[in-house]
Amino acid sequence: MANVTLQQQSTVKKPPPVTQLAIRNFNFYYGKFHALKNINMDVYKSRVTAFIGPSGCGKSTLLRTLNRMYSLYPEQRADGELLLDGKNLLDGDLDVNELRARIGMVFQKPTPFPMSIYDNIAFGVRLHEKMSRGQMDERVEWALQRSALWGEVKDKLGQSGMSLSGGQQQRLCIARGIAVKPEILLLDEPTSALDPISTLRIEELIHDLKKDFTIVIVTHNMQQAARVSDYTAYMYLGELIEFDLTDSLFIKPKKKETEDYITGRFG
Amino acid sequence: MPNSEHTSKQFDADLEDIRSRVLQMGGLVELQLTAAIEGLTTGSEEIIARVIETEHRVNDYEKEIDDACVHVVARRQPAASDLRMIMAVSKIVTDLERMGDEAEKIARMARSIYGRGALTIPRSIDVRQTGTKAALMLRRVLDALARLDTTEAEKVIAEGKLIDTEFRGIMRQLITFMMEDPRTITTALDIVWIAKSIERVGDHAENIAEQVIYIVDGIDIRHTGSPPVTPAGENI
Repeated sequence: MANVTLQQQSTVKKPPPVTQLAIRNFNFYYGKFHALKNINMDVYKSRVTAFIGPSGCGKSTLLRTLNRMYSLYPEQRADGELLLDGKNLLDGDLDVNELRARIGMVFQKPTPFPMSIYDNIAFGVRLHEKMSRGQMDERVEWALQRSALWGEVKDKLGQSGMSLSGGQQQRLCIARGIAVKPEILLLDEPTSALDPISTLRIEELIHDLKKDFTIVIVTHNMQQAARVSDYTAYMYLGELIEFDLTDSLFIKPKKKETEDYITGRFG
Repeated sequence: MPNSEHTSKQFDADLEDIRSRVLQMGGLVELQLTAAIEGLTTGSEEIIARVIETEHRVNDYEKEIDDACVHVVARRQPAASDLRMIMAVSKIVTDLERMGDEAEKIARMARSIYGRGALTIPRSIDVRQTGTKAALMLRRVLDALARLDTTEAEKVIAEGKLIDTEFRGIMRQLITFMMEDPRTITTALDIVWIAKSIERVGDHAENIAEQVIYIVDGIDIRHTGSPPVTPAGENI
């Protein structure tokens, strides 16, 4: 605090956030079941946005729609707009594989491929980019460095990804996710199967990664949302109840439903 | 404010326990304060001694309640209104404890004045009236806290300004007395200290009122030269 002057304000306002993904009038249906009801919110660039809410509120559904995971199931459909750089992700002519390179996803349970640690990372990169062995080595190291796993695996890159511990496997999945240099990383309860220390490592990683990636995380753990996110969306029964800065939402929520949920007065 | 209960009954019990202990502590300080004013009026050594003895009970309350707040934070990670309540309570007990200190000072000054003979300055009646007003402020702010009533809290803050004005009036009167008759200086100075203590009691009551507003509205209205502080960060 060398150059603090008397005139300086004690609270420095951050620059306003830039919208990376705009969700507009978004609805989602599992067959006849209306699972997401008219969702409107922005996902901001280089920020962590958390979705919280009780089981069945639609938070995971919303996350999965953001990279069109639902397209795998014919009875599921969506309407409205998911605008990424002005392009609606719901458009039929969209290349879903390209989309998933731009919007990566990590799941609740670690899902390493049954191949070497090196190939776990290189696999996805090869699908999207052609590069020399040397370039690939660099990319694999970069991804593992960024996922805070490099130090633990650099001497055993040829070993199976399945040989790692749960926490390491999850960081491997994050490394795999960022190796293709996506713009957005979706994390679906990434630490719910991990021990507390591995959980803190992942949270630390999220904090570090948001400089380069926009992150959206679904979590059952409210304290985790409070710890890692800049913005929080509270959802209930398929509706977006409240979306605000995490600080505001956890200190002075605007809606009573949010208040009841985060203070544990729910149900 | 949410009035329904937590899913965790134990959490409810913990918060209720803290709340009721703060109100008990406040009630004790209020008694201490009115007794101090009575001691000033009557010179009763018994009352003065009781005010001074009460001090350590008030201190114990402060430590116990603060400890209970730390436990709730550690075990429950309170959020939203619960969080604001805990943070505010932890500050409120400090204000209450300081009010207790001021009551003790008033009692000691009363002892010193009566030790030198009867109260000879007739204008000291103003100090007693102001003191009674300050004690009433404390009662009202405790009501505001118990009912989470911001309108009442705002009234207490307005009342505080009145006490400040009265304090300045008392100072002017005392200066006049001291100039007219230098023999009154020793007692007048004691009364200056008493008036200062009463003025401080008013300030602490105002602080508590500000915390009540923080609990209810989540807005920090302290130090009203600067704009109110809402949760920091970027705007959306």
